[in-house]
Amino acid sequence: MQERVIFKSRSLPYLLVAPQIIITLIFFLWPAAQALYQSFLIEDAFGFSSEFVWFENYQMLFEDPYYIDAFLRTGLFSLAVAGLSMSFALVLAGFADRVIKGALIYRTFLIWPYAVAPALAGALWVFMFDPTLGIWTYFLKFVGVDLNYKLNGNHAMTLVILAAAWKQIAYNFLFFLAGMQAVPRSLIEAAAIDGASPMRRFWTIIFPLLSPTTFFLLVINTVYAFFDTFGIVHSLTSGGPAKSTEILVYKVFNDGFIGLDLGGSAAQSVILMAIVISLTIVQFRYVERRVQY
Amino acid sequence: MVENRRFLRIVTHIVLILGIAIIAIPIWIMLVGASHDGVRMLQVPVPLMLGDQFWVNFNAALFGTGLEGTETAPVWLMLLNSLIMALSITFGKIIISLLSAFAIVYFRFPMRMLCFWMIFVTLMLPVEVRIIPTFEVVANLGMLNSYAGLSIPLIASATATFLFRQVFMTIPGELVESARIDGASPMRFFIDFLIPLSRTNIAALFVILFIYGWNQYLWPLIITTDQANYTIVMSIKQMLEAAEQSPVWNIIMMTALLAMLPPVLVVILMQKLFVKGLVESEK
Repeated sequence: MQERVIFKSRSLPYLLVAPQIIITLIFFLWPAAQALYQSFLIEDAFGFSSEFVWFENYQMLFEDPYYIDAFLRTGLFSLAVAGLSMSFALVLAGFADRVIKGALIYRTFLIWPYAVAPALAGALWVFMFDPTLGIWTYFLKFVGVDLNYKLNGNHAMTLVILAAAWKQIAYNFLFFLAGMQAVPRSLIEAAAIDGASPMRRFWTIIFPLLSPTTFFLLVINTVYAFFDTFGIVHSLTSGGPAKSTEILVYKVFNDGFIGLDLGGSAAQSVILMAIVISLTIVQFRYVERRVQY
Repeated sequence: MVENRRFLRIVTHIVLILGIAIIAIPIWIMLVGASHDGVRMLQVPVPLMLGDQFWVNFNAALFGTGLEGTETAPVWLMLLNSLIMALSITFGKIIISLLSAFAIVYFRFPMRMLCFWMIFVTLMLPVEVRIIPTFEVVANLGMLNSYAGLSIPLIASATATFLFRQVFMTIPGELVESARIDGASPMRFFIDFLIPLSRTNIAALFVILFIYGWNQYLWPLIITTDQANYTIVMSIKQMLEAAEQSPVWNIIMMTALLAMLPPVLVVILMQKLFVKGLVESEK
């Protein structure tokens, strides 16, 4: 590769990176290091002194049935959100890929939920599924479902999953559609001439060629479900009833700010960081292949 | 489309319209909620069609003193706060990322790779996972309840830096060479060439970052305790809590509508830039 043309200056580059680096150091790296450090400490009940305990906080976490539950719940939650949202988006993208007239209008009406804040999505769900006033609660009574997400943990979880998946459809739709439009038309035409039906063409040509996109979206959706759904859980259920919708990010917040268990919350933070780091590495290692057909 | 089959075409449009309808139902219900009077919204079943109280609720929500029984600020003030926060985050991220990408691509200096990796690491440290120590830092710096506290801790951006780095690397070296021969200083080159050449990327990123900034929830929630600094998105939780005692759903839904309108309008009106920004920023 050819050497890039560069400017020569001793101090200017440092001045240029300074704002970014200073903010990174103060608000990203230092707090992350603090979280790591605090995760090895246990404070006494009054916050006067703290003791260095090595991995005791972590040990306590993994012996805590609530934490194990929250872990499993988060896994299940992200699988459900990714599965639901991606399959819905895949169907819509499959059909939208066929449309020539009005394609832009369809796209406009399918992508806007991306812009709705998670907390607002939660608020909409509260209104629609309110145990006494909600319009869906009213309709569901006719089919014999007595919906009450404030008392029934399964109902609450279902609602959180629906809200989270709803918000993510737009994103998945756009990437699936872009992936489909990158499939060479000649392949599809050749298959059509050989008499393959649209359904068959989708499953034997388009879907296999989409696998890099699908994999990429799976990672992105997992990250989304793990970290960006805090607002939905907080505004819709506050983790309840009886912790039935308490996912990991919510638990970090709740144990730290409400429960004031700093060491335990810091240990949870560190575990979450490890999860983001591994997801990011997976994304960066495989994302390159995304558009190679 | 490969073949021209009437039946298939009709099915295609029906499926898409159904999809749009399913996605839009929550918004329809919200609009209905925002267009009836408060009393009507307490009778089961709640209406399914739009009412005629839309502008009454609009005025009550926007210029009223907030919900009775809550401690939220007036909605117009919270909208203003959200706007200031969103714009500060957006411009902050774009400016510092442009500068650092410029340094990394066009200069060779000791610790260049260290800077690069430090910026990269921020990608792996979303605010959700380091929430308490970050809060402590901001508290120690005396930045609680301020616009600076709302925006500055969020403006480091690996994504934007990498995006601009890629854009700059596609700019031919001859251009830099000729600018240098003509005696342009590095900053002149940056302002006269790099910024204009990357303006569509800047615009696309602006759309994505504005949505990101406007929709911040957890961060404003923990660092603002003074009503004067509340943002509209975080206030919705307090309204929902107040709704447990006195559900004024017409006002709550109107507030929610006002809170989601700016980013939604940005997506709809700048759709092309939005799609470009979304695809580019995920590379």
